[in-house]
Amino acid sequence: MALKMVKGSIDRMFDKNLQDLVRGIRNHKEDEAKYISQCIDEIKQELKQDNIAVKANAVCKLTYLQMLGYDISWAAFNIIEVMSASKFTFKRIGYLAASQCFHEGTDVIMLTTNQIRKDLSSPNQYDTGVALTGLSCFVTPDLARDLANDIMTLMSHTKPYIRKKAVLIMYKVFLKYPESLRPAFPRLKEKLEDPDPGVQSAAVNVICELARRNPKNYLSLAPLFFKLMTSSTNNWVLIKIIKLFGALTPLEPRLGKKLIEPLTNLIHSHSQHRDLTGICASVSVLISLSSGMPNHSASIQLCVQKLRILIEDSDQNLKYLGLLAMSKILKTHPKSVQSHKDLILQCLDDKDESIRLRALDLLYGMVSKKNLMEIVKKLMIHVDKAEGTTYRDELLTKIIDICSQSNYQYITNFEWYISILVELTRLEGTRHGHLIAAQMLDVAIRVKAIRRFAVSQMAMLLDNAHLIASNAQRNGICEVLYAAAWICGEFSEHLEEANQTLEAMLRPKVTTLPGHIQAVYVQNMVKLYASILQQKEQAGEKEAAQEITQLMIERLPQFVQSADLEVQERASCILQLIKYIQKLQIKEVPVAEEVIALFAGELNPVAPKAQKKVPVPEGLDLDAWINEPPSDSESEDEKPKTIFHEEEQRHSRHRQPEIDEEELARRREARKQEQANNPFYIKSSPSPQKRYQDTPGVEHIPVVQIDLSVPLKVPGMPMSDQYVKLEEERRHKQKLEKDKKKKKQKKEKRGKHHRHNSLHTESEEDIAPAHHVDIITEEMPENALPSDEDDKDPNDPYKALDIDLDKPLADSEKLPVQRHRNVETLKSPDSEVPLVEKKSKKPKKKEKKHKDKERDKGKKKEKEKKVVEEEEEEKKKSSKHKKKKHKKEKEEKSKDKKKSKKKSHHSEEEPPESVQNGTLEDEPLPVSSCAQTYDIQGNLQNDSQVTVSVIFENKSTSFLKSMELNVLDSLNTKMLRPEGSSVHDGIPVPFQLPPGISNEAQFVFTLQSIVMAQKLKGTLSFIVKNDEGSTHEKLDFKLHFSCASYLITTPCYSDAFAKLLESGDLHMSSIKVDGISISFQHLLAKICFHHHFSVVERVDSCASMYSRSIQGHHVCLLVKKGENSVSIDGKCNDSTLLSNLLDEMKETLSKC
Amino acid sequence: MAFCVEMTQTICILLTDRFKASEVDGLRLLTHFVFYNLLCCALSILFSKMYFLPQSEDTQQQIIRETFHLVSKRDENVCNFLEGGLLIGGSDNKLIYRHYATLYFVFCVDSSESELGILDLIQVFVETLDKCFENVCELDLIFHVDKVHNILAEMVMGGMVLETNMNEIVTQIDAQNKLEKSETFIFQSPRQDR
Repeated sequence: MALKMVKGSIDRMFDKNLQDLVRGIRNHKEDEAKYISQCIDEIKQELKQDNIAVKANAVCKLTYLQMLGYDISWAAFNIIEVMSASKFTFKRIGYLAASQCFHEGTDVIMLTTNQIRKDLSSPNQYDTGVALTGLSCFVTPDLARDLANDIMTLMSHTKPYIRKKAVLIMYKVFLKYPESLRPAFPRLKEKLEDPDPGVQSAAVNVICELARRNPKNYLSLAPLFFKLMTSSTNNWVLIKIIKLFGALTPLEPRLGKKLIEPLTNLIHSHSQHRDLTGICASVSVLISLSSGMPNHSASIQLCVQKLRILIEDSDQNLKYLGLLAMSKILKTHPKSVQSHKDLILQCLDDKDESIRLRALDLLYGMVSKKNLMEIVKKLMIHVDKAEGTTYRDELLTKIIDICSQSNYQYITNFEWYISILVELTRLEGTRHGHLIAAQMLDVAIRVKAIRRFAVSQMAMLLDNAHLIASNAQRNGICEVLYAAAWICGEFSEHLEEANQTLEAMLRPKVTTLPGHIQAVYVQNMVKLYASILQQKEQAGEKEAAQEITQLMIERLPQFVQSADLEVQERASCILQLIKYIQKLQIKEVPVAEEVIALFAGELNPVAPKAQKKVPVPEGLDLDAWINEPPSDSESEDEKPKTIFHEEEQRHSRHRQPEIDEEELARRREARKQEQANNPFYIKSSPSPQKRYQDTPGVEHIPVVQIDLSVPLKVPGMPMSDQYVKLEEERRHKQKLEKDKKKKKQKKEKRGKHHRHNSLHTESEEDIAPAHHVDIITEEMPENALPSDEDDKDPNDPYKALDIDLDKPLADSEKLPVQRHRNVETLKSPDSEVPLVEKKSKKPKKKEKKHKDKERDKGKKKEKEKKVVEEEEEEKKKSSKHKKKKHKKEKEEKSKDKKKSKKKSHHSEEEPPESVQNGTLEDEPLPVSSCAQTYDIQGNLQNDSQVTVSVIFENKSTSFLKSMELNVLDSLNTKMLRPEGSSVHDGIPVPFQLPPGISNEAQFVFTLQSIVMAQKLKGTLSFIVKNDEGSTHEKLDFKLHFSCASYLITTPCYSDAFAKLLESGDLHMSSIKVDGISISFQHLLAKICFHHHFSVVERVDSCASMYSRSIQGHHVCLLVKKGENSVSIDGKCNDSTLLSNLLDEMKETLSKC
Repeated sequence: MAFCVEMTQTICILLTDRFKASEVDGLRLLTHFVFYNLLCCALSILFSKMYFLPQSEDTQQQIIRETFHLVSKRDENVCNFLEGGLLIGGSDNKLIYRHYATLYFVFCVDSSESELGILDLIQVFVETLDKCFENVCELDLIFHVDKVHNILAEMVMGGMVLETNMNEIVTQIDAQNKLEKSETFIFQSPRQDR
């Protein structure tokens, strides 16, 4: 055995390491695959060894192979083994491999949770660091949930190296587990002011990344960032902050105003030093700021001016960035960019493709009615010159984008556009044939006036199809023939030489085209044939009609033989049809009318989202089962059952739901309605078409006849230029006429200025389109619901992070924490709430306290909670019993104290120094005050019990022990004491308190009635132990049970709420509070938070709210906000409870 | 050789232009030398949009190949930015590269990063490599892939820039190497770790 082991380790000495592997691969260039598979076999052997060093070496080699493109997921388990090695060297190899090959689908990843947790808490900072780095690559939602709290703890690690990594990884955790954002945010915010610049930069990085997606939630951080910006010297941080401000300014204009001046100055100073990089940086900032503010054209002007300098610079990087920045301005201030058209057109000639593409992008936004033709003409020249298909394709798509943008807004002459499209078909080897085809179809369908022209052009294309389809290379472009054939067929009534076109379509060459195009050919041949037939019949030329039929019969068989199923099917179908027509023709029966009827009706464009927007008819539940789903008893056959029983079951399954006559009628009506709205449904009456007559009528607009003197072009010759000329002449004429009119108008009325849309210059508006082009809008179903929602990607991971961060943390939002088994002495009635018990342990006592708190909070879901603070002080007791919400007057100092207390409660971090109570200074007791914070929780399970959790904090420098809490019971409210003890006995607090430490104990009270607020007096007695000895001390306090503390936030749906109000067994009462200045939103939040209500419905400045008491009273509120006042109408089963509640609310609100 | 690191916003790819002219089968060779550090989760974000699958080795290789294709075609005196289009996840992303002798350093970043900033970052990366390897050359990177990864891990984590201060990076790397060395001494005899 021992010998074997020795032998094993000697063998291992000859193992390849990574360097050997790399060398080997380089030396086996010829048979690399073979060599690598051999290596992988070796690695598999090595992985079977027990020696971790050997394994690590193997994994290291695997990592390299993975980079070469080999799959190593089979070794995932071995990687985890190496990750869990105790040595850093191996650990690092393991994590590196994991970061490369693990992803969300890796199933073994769940095995890593505990290992990672162990590494995160490792005393060696590099173990932690390497775990964090690895985790950042493969964090899954599960890992994020389980480890969020551990990482959050690391955010306040002593080593900045760990802190910065922990901060940065939180972004990944947020993405995977958005619920962690709110609890972690306060700490993240703290890290913005971390002493270490690296940590600070990481925090800025994370917040900027978050804010980029949902800027509005981070507005409150603006002052902090402003401070950072002025103090930070780190360029990275500065850039990030400035980018963040760019996102924030559109939401908060004041911010922009504050920033704009220093930046403008900065640009000027850079200009003086000719520091172009500096200009570049600051200009891009200024742009992002100014674009948020519409009336800062001066700064925009400055930007554009400086950008010009950048673009003209010889440094290509600056040129690129200048153009990039320009495109940002373009979005908001298109006019200021348009004046630099020359420069941008010049950039189109640049040798650098990136720059050309940028310039193209800019052109898109620069077109107007006036310059569209000119710009496109330039682009066409570039298309001809361009080398390399990528760039040319890019040009082509841009030309089409530019022309078709916002519903062909800038096209004044569609004949010109069609001719441009036709010219584009001459491009060699483009991939975008289908794009051109789509445009042709779109224009021909939607612009009625252009159809005649389009058809003539398309006929020409079909005639010259051999040019287009000849070259195998030009395959992409033959898509155009698809459009051409369809247009010629569909609008065949506009065709001049239909016969000729039909013959062109029947050429044998056509059979070489792709199947789907042939299919369209075949279909449209018939349309064409039908219209020719009609023409001939009407003209009485029977022989010509028969000739054309004969032609079809002769040529169609070539399509019948097609290998493409679609073509074959259509062709044979049509062939039979035409043969039948021929028979009829021989009998001299007029058939044209019937044939043409096959293709009657018009096709309207349907909006792409139309289907989605068809509203669900009332009464139709799409989620309801039509037939009952098969029951779970699928495995019936396996279980022997009585036959009768089985039959019974089956019977019930097949039973149809019974429907009454009325329901049927209603459904029929709904179906009719639906059919009427369905464009694909053939209807008896043309009712849906009527809709179009309501819209600016297609029919009513005088369609200008196309001037036939326009030379129909000879194939192969560019002709769009001619249109440009014609258009210019036309515009000139128009202008002259307009001028005349204007002069007249001016005489008539002066001073009345017509306001123009800022986007259009005056001269632009004057350009009337050549034809009254009537662009048919896309069809939408009737009563389609307008919604923008469908544009949003439901899978967007960033949407989940759109969380309001200013809201106080709710109890349910706490991160899941690893905790110890619950060791409470007092049995709390809430213990039914399941707790997740986990094993890991935390070293610090302080944290333990937090955990206790959190555990407690975790339990409080559904339970009301109330934080009341109380200070013990015998003499000034009454004035010191402060309920946070109920009392107005406060000493300044105690207010401070409260604030810090409150903060500590939410951020779970105690302020380091205990806040001294003002009164103590008067009375220097050896014991300084011991603060108590208490929560009163109602208990759903038991309607007459509440639990009071008291947090004791020792603020003195002495040791406190033997604490006993006693409360003077009232008739209504009694403290639950252990059996056998009298009402005068106190309950011992189950812990001792060293100085500066706090802990929590819970006490249960029973109550009879909850309709009134209660106050209980109590005493805390304890022994103070310090160097001089120990003394017995007493502390008096009051517990205030407000009515609100008996309420439990319960969600309520509006319909249930309405029913409740209608039921009539509720008492009503109302209050009105004046002088409220806070926003309604804020107000509602206050009521929800302090009084445990939930909002049922909110309409403008009116909201209905609901809550329930522990004894089941319903409380409904109607809150209305007026100018400066708020009125609250309440309804409740118990009038006393209601009036008490409203009084409490009044007090809360009057403090606002 | 090529080196590619993927980050949420950032892929870093190192390419040598050695096979541009000298090797016949440049692309095939490229894949031999290509290695990249994938900060995986970042990649799956990027890829889920394009391929609906977690990243596969093939798509990674394709990205590298295409990137090499794009970058190696560029002239000397053009800008350092490239819009890769769909390949790298849409128009929000762009390639920013720097060319050092036989090496290309390519980062793929989204719009939240400053272009000039990334150029600086590449500079820092190269200088750090230079310091850690003492006059770095291509072969260093090829034979010590893991070390390059470790250095990059100190600069970029999960696709986000972690540290830009070179001294800080070098300090941490040195400390880790020292730690590793002290361990190596122990595991000379392999049985220790059983």
